Amino acid sequence: MTKHDSTHRDDLDARPWAGRVREYDLFKELAIGVGVVGVLVLALAAIVGSPDDKTITLKTWATAAPADFIATATGELAGTTDTAGYGPPYTTTAGATQTLGPIDLQSMSGTRLPIDTAKDLVITPLTTLGAAADARATWAAASDTQRTDWATAYGEALAKAPKGDPAKVAAGDYGPVPELTATLQAEAVTGGVDGAIQQEGGVFNFDYTRTILFLGDGQYFPGLAAGMHLTGDQWGMMNETGNYPGQSWLWLFSFWYQLPVIGDLPNADLVVVGLMGLLTLALALVSVIPGLRDLPRLIPLHRLVWRSYYRQR
Amino acid sequence: MTAVTPGQERAAAPTATSAATATPTPTATATATPSPTATPTQPPAAEEDRTWTGRTRRWLLGKLPPDKLLPNTQPSYVASWIYVLGMGAIGSLLFIIASGVVLSFNGPTWYHVSALGHFVNSVHLWSVELFFFFMVVHLWGKFWMAAWRGKRVLTWITGVVSFAVSIVAGFTGYLVQTNFDSEWISFQAKDALNATGIGAWFNVTNFGQMFMWHILILPIGVLAIVAFHVVLVRVHGVVPPLEASETDAQLTHPDTTGE
Amino acid sequence: MALSAPARGGQARTVNTSSDIFLTWGVFGIQLGNLIVIVAMLAVFVLALVLPFPGSRGRK
Repeated sequence: MTKHDSTHRDDLDARPWAGRVREYDLFKELAIGVGVVGVLVLALAAIVGSPDDKTITLKTWATAAPADFIATATGELAGTTDTAGYGPPYTTTAGATQTLGPIDLQSMSGTRLPIDTAKDLVITPLTTLGAAADARATWAAASDTQRTDWATAYGEALAKAPKGDPAKVAAGDYGPVPELTATLQAEAVTGGVDGAIQQEGGVFNFDYTRTILFLGDGQYFPGLAAGMHLTGDQWGMMNETGNYPGQSWLWLFSFWYQLPVIGDLPNADLVVVGLMGLLTLALALVSVIPGLRDLPRLIPLHRLVWRSYYRQR
Repeated sequence: MTAVTPGQERAAAPTATSAATATPTPTATATATPSPTATPTQPPAAEEDRTWTGRTRRWLLGKLPPDKLLPNTQPSYVASWIYVLGMGAIGSLLFIIASGVVLSFNGPTWYHVSALGHFVNSVHLWSVELFFFFMVVHLWGKFWMAAWRGKRVLTWITGVVSFAVSIVAGFTGYLVQTNFDSEWISFQAKDALNATGIGAWFNVTNFGQMFMWHILILPIGVLAIVAFHVVLVRVHGVVPPLEASETDAQLTHPDTTGE
Repeated sequence: MALSAPARGGQARTVNTSSDIFLTWGVFGIQLGNLIVIVAMLAVFVLALVLPFPGSRGRK
């Protein structure tokens, strides 16, 4: 195509169409479109329906997997859980952020949603519930090092115990940690801890960050998700519970996590978000990207779309 | 283009008005030799209307005259099922909004305890699935038609942006189902947002925040960008076929039928 | 999205409570619902390209 042709063609594309026309009824098409979609939507809603798996609460967790609950609460006291060492926006943990070269957006955002896992997830709920007062007093009187030593030792002992059963833990210097965690589990079974943690944000608290992070630190909640094929290595967010289609439009986002070369990176999330940002930008600006913008000419599917036009040239 | 410009419409008016006010009144005396154009008592002709409103109206009518906004003809090349998919997405969007409004009446947990609520929730889910279904196939079609040609780049970009905003809107919907799925998705999604620093301000585990985004901010965003996209489609018309040429019979003989 | 505990350490108990059908071919796996939707999208795209569009009346 010569330069002249190209300019000429742009004119034809940009000008109001001066050639043959056909009858068209915008509102009729809209009405038919709404009608067809309506039939489809109502039929699918009536026949297939929608999923609604019940929420998992701290009560569900403490009841179904008490050993996991106690081990996780111990980790929150020791500061060894994912949340305790997350870095911004939850904690100030150094070196925990995902970075790309010198880019450290996570640190730049700051610790805007601070969580002190020992205090917010264990000690304060017990205080609210008025439980384990002696153990709390011992904990409060101890130094940070002492607290960490107790909780870490108990965590390691739990890991070695058969099935993590707190009743079968070898004897050791765990301070008040066994009582704190066992009491928290017992209170959680009554549903008290759900309310106590939620109430930290006031009566009208809409923010479930603490509860969800606590749940996620354990193995029970992620284990349920893994059983439903909802985890990151199973195309995660694309999937819905049961056999319902999920957010299939997120396939490319999920896809990158399936590639070990990206999924196993310590900064996988940052790399994937950056990649998707660039690809979305490329899609928006496809008209100025050589090669990409020429694909429709090179692979002539348009011959099918406009076949009646080309037939009548 | 057969549209009457605003100027033409207005040009006839002063003459008629002058005739009607030709009786000897103080006003008529003051304008003893009425000019065929505007008199001081007449509203200014459109060309001279320098009010913001007048200019805006003139600009709007120039960009999008009524027969372009609501067309009853289309170029002959607009003859493929690929052209109905955009309308399918718009139809689905109407069902999303309608079912969302019904869900709003009783709040986010109603559908757990009511059969009707569950049905409306199902309608909401499936209209979203169909919305993305039609939008994605529409996108594929427009890509292979290279529909950004002929000053239609902004139309293409608004289409991509509406897809992106819709994804965020759909995502926040998954976060506010108040069930296991929303708990898990919020737990899982936080990492990508936190890694980019966004999570500190857009906290997916904060139900209240996500709920407001889902039922107010993002619907406004989706509706606004989709409406802008549709207006741009009407302004620029449907892109002509690739390789169309001035010598094509459909351009050189526009009045004959091709079949 | 974080890889879950099972993905990281393989230690979490995967509780198989779900009735979903998850199809796997080697390293590739997909949920049945998503597969149906994606296949349907491709089918509709192909059909929209190849099916004849009803002839319009009243050409000018």
